[in-house]
Amino acid sequence: MILNIVWFILIAILFTGFFVLEGFDYGVGILTPFLGRTDEQRRLIINTIGPFWDANEVWLITAGGAMFAAFPHWYATLFSGFYIALFLLLVALIVRAVAFEFRSKINNPRWRTTWDWLLFVGSVLPPFLWGVAIANFIRGVPIDSHMNYVGTFWSLITPFSIMGGLSLLLLSTLSGALYISLRTVGEMQARARETARGIGALTSLVMFLFALICFYNTDLFSKTGIDPGGVPVLAAMTLLSVPFFIYAKRDGWAFLMTSLTIVFSSITVFLHMFPRVMISSLNPSWSLTIYNAASGPYSLRVMTIITVIVLPFVLAYQAWTYWVFRHRLRPGGHLDY
Amino acid sequence: MLNVLLARWQFGITTVYHFLFVPLTIGLAVLIALMETIYVRTGDETYKRMTKFWGKMFLVNFALGVATGIMQEFQFGMNWSAYSRFVGDVFGPPLAIEALAAFFLESTFVAVWLFGWDRLSKRVHLLAIWLTAAGVSISALWILTANAFMQEPRGYVIHNGRAEMSNFWSLLGNPQLWVEFPHVWFGALSTGAFFITGVSAWYLLKRRHLKEFTRSFQIGIVVALASSVLTIVLGHSQAQHLMKSQPMKMAASEALWNTSPEHAPWSVFALIDEEHHRNTLNVEIPYLLSILAYNHTYGKVEGINQLQKQYERTYGPGNYIPNVWVTYWSFRVMVLAGILMLLLALYGVYLVLKNQLSQHPAFLRAMIGAIFLPPIAHSTGWIMTEMGRQPWVVMGLQKTVDGVSSTVTTPMIWTTLLGFGILYLVLGIVDVYLFVRIIRQGPDFEEDPSEMDAKLPHPAT
Repeated sequence: MILNIVWFILIAILFTGFFVLEGFDYGVGILTPFLGRTDEQRRLIINTIGPFWDANEVWLITAGGAMFAAFPHWYATLFSGFYIALFLLLVALIVRAVAFEFRSKINNPRWRTTWDWLLFVGSVLPPFLWGVAIANFIRGVPIDSHMNYVGTFWSLITPFSIMGGLSLLLLSTLSGALYISLRTVGEMQARARETARGIGALTSLVMFLFALICFYNTDLFSKTGIDPGGVPVLAAMTLLSVPFFIYAKRDGWAFLMTSLTIVFSSITVFLHMFPRVMISSLNPSWSLTIYNAASGPYSLRVMTIITVIVLPFVLAYQAWTYWVFRHRLRPGGHLDY
Repeated sequence: MLNVLLARWQFGITTVYHFLFVPLTIGLAVLIALMETIYVRTGDETYKRMTKFWGKMFLVNFALGVATGIMQEFQFGMNWSAYSRFVGDVFGPPLAIEALAAFFLESTFVAVWLFGWDRLSKRVHLLAIWLTAAGVSISALWILTANAFMQEPRGYVIHNGRAEMSNFWSLLGNPQLWVEFPHVWFGALSTGAFFITGVSAWYLLKRRHLKEFTRSFQIGIVVALASSVLTIVLGHSQAQHLMKSQPMKMAASEALWNTSPEHAPWSVFALIDEEHHRNTLNVEIPYLLSILAYNHTYGKVEGINQLQKQYERTYGPGNYIPNVWVTYWSFRVMVLAGILMLLLALYGVYLVLKNQLSQHPAFLRAMIGAIFLPPIAHSTGWIMTEMGRQPWVVMGLQKTVDGVSSTVTTPMIWTTLLGFGILYLVLGIVDVYLFVRIIRQGPDFEEDPSEMDAKLPHPAT
């Protein structure tokens, strides 16, 4: 039974890692057409995430795989239930992945602009859709007694879930702007800082509003009381500190605080769901939990052993790549994408 | 029933499409790693230029393989949620391990390789491409572990109305896996090899960059020969295993309606009448089926009608016969493609040894066409394997009709089927366009200005 909790935590970690890493990654994709005025500037921006985006995306793929393996019912209910939303997500991810590789292969302005805009679309949709999905996770969705989602695509779209989508979208964009300021110099860095300053306040406002309407849309507060506990407060504090660090031109701190905001927000969501993984809005007892949605103890044990062996290597070599490619990119340097 | 049909079409289209890129990725990764190894050991810049040129093709292909692979993981949940619930306990872990142990490895180190030319020592850079090659190969191993379970369930118990893993080692030691994986892996290697020889042949015909592409051709053709031989030998052992594990698939792939005589002939060409369970025409080679099945000139092979009766006794009434026409012909196309590959590679090695390549432009042109043989063999091989297993999604445990998502509506499946279909078609066209362009443009060392930014100083390569 303890392994059910372990796998819930592992999946939470994988999703949190995905939101942090792909967060800035998507932000960079979103900002590319706006911050990059010339082709070279756009290439420069894209190259800041060049060595990382693919591995960052694997965090999501691994989270999906872990869901399938540890909680098959969660995987089945979620992906068959959020069918059209997932379709849009997959199209975005496919288009985005090829945009990186295709854009620089032909030196033609129209070709490159096309791929830059496809990169933009492929970067906007995922954080927005995941935000919508998270909002639906915490509010609960119509799930029947057979663990099947019985709503439609449109029942996922509510003002509440759209606020959730906008929150994650803005948070990702902010993270991306700060990341660009960390990886570039001069004019580009200044422009990225300015953007971060511009959307920083808006992000705080939207996140705050979203937290407020959580009060009316979820059992988050009825579960924890008016005092939401330490983690959400930390999320709020780190988010509020971001504008100060941007103002003080401490890009590294601002980026760290934005990342921590994502981490704490993500933990808040998972803590709220625990021990449920899909909340049924029809009948609380029809919710999927880490117990009724899980694989057998043998499977969980096998996967735990393999994860314990493999994961340290994965984390080590990913950290190593961030170290190898830590230098700032300057105009006039060699660009691969 | 329409939903099942549409979901199957979607799975078939996306999987075969995904599997156009995967074998080429595996094959090219290994061959590029070989070229870079020669470069690091000899310091010969020719091999570095070769590595970079083939690397460019590799990356375009890798991107499409990754992009379409994401879809593969998620559609089990989207269209096949009942299947996912039933086998998630056994089928999910190999997928999760694939992501953890292979996807991270390949996607991290392919980027290290691409962006690391100027930042890493030669040896670390070489290690990056070998780790990429290992990653894509490990990936294939785990996905085939999952597939082997669908063909021949092992290491599970039925508990709480679903399949639960009971023995990880017998899941991993599934005999089906160990005939399937080597066959697929060497097939993938031959895909890369035929691609490299085919493209090199084009340059040799055009008499451009003779040094780089003569060497590429030489490496490619040797690997093409070795991998074709091994693929065929391993395919043979896979077919023999099929006799024991999935006799119905074997019978369907032979259009063998009734159990054969003691000396079974092999059908080369048959006009199949599925409705009446007979072949209106059947051209056969005596003894060959017995030889293929048992390595002897004698030995009966069970027929479809007899197996159907046997399955009815075991599983209850129902139709247990797969689409015979598809299974029969996809098997024959695969075998034909494999034989052509072997013959072309054999002749190619002969010409290289005789140093007569340039005197045989017709052969070089044939090698350009031969680029398409491995993908044809892979696609038809998959179609045979998966169609031949029908009506089961997991052999003997769950029927395909029972695996589909019950809450997904027909218009929803149409949306994704058309959506992915159109997207994949467009990406396929762009991919081919880019490949042709990269080939026409030639390698970087031609200093084609369109490859570099005119304003930017290019670092020394």
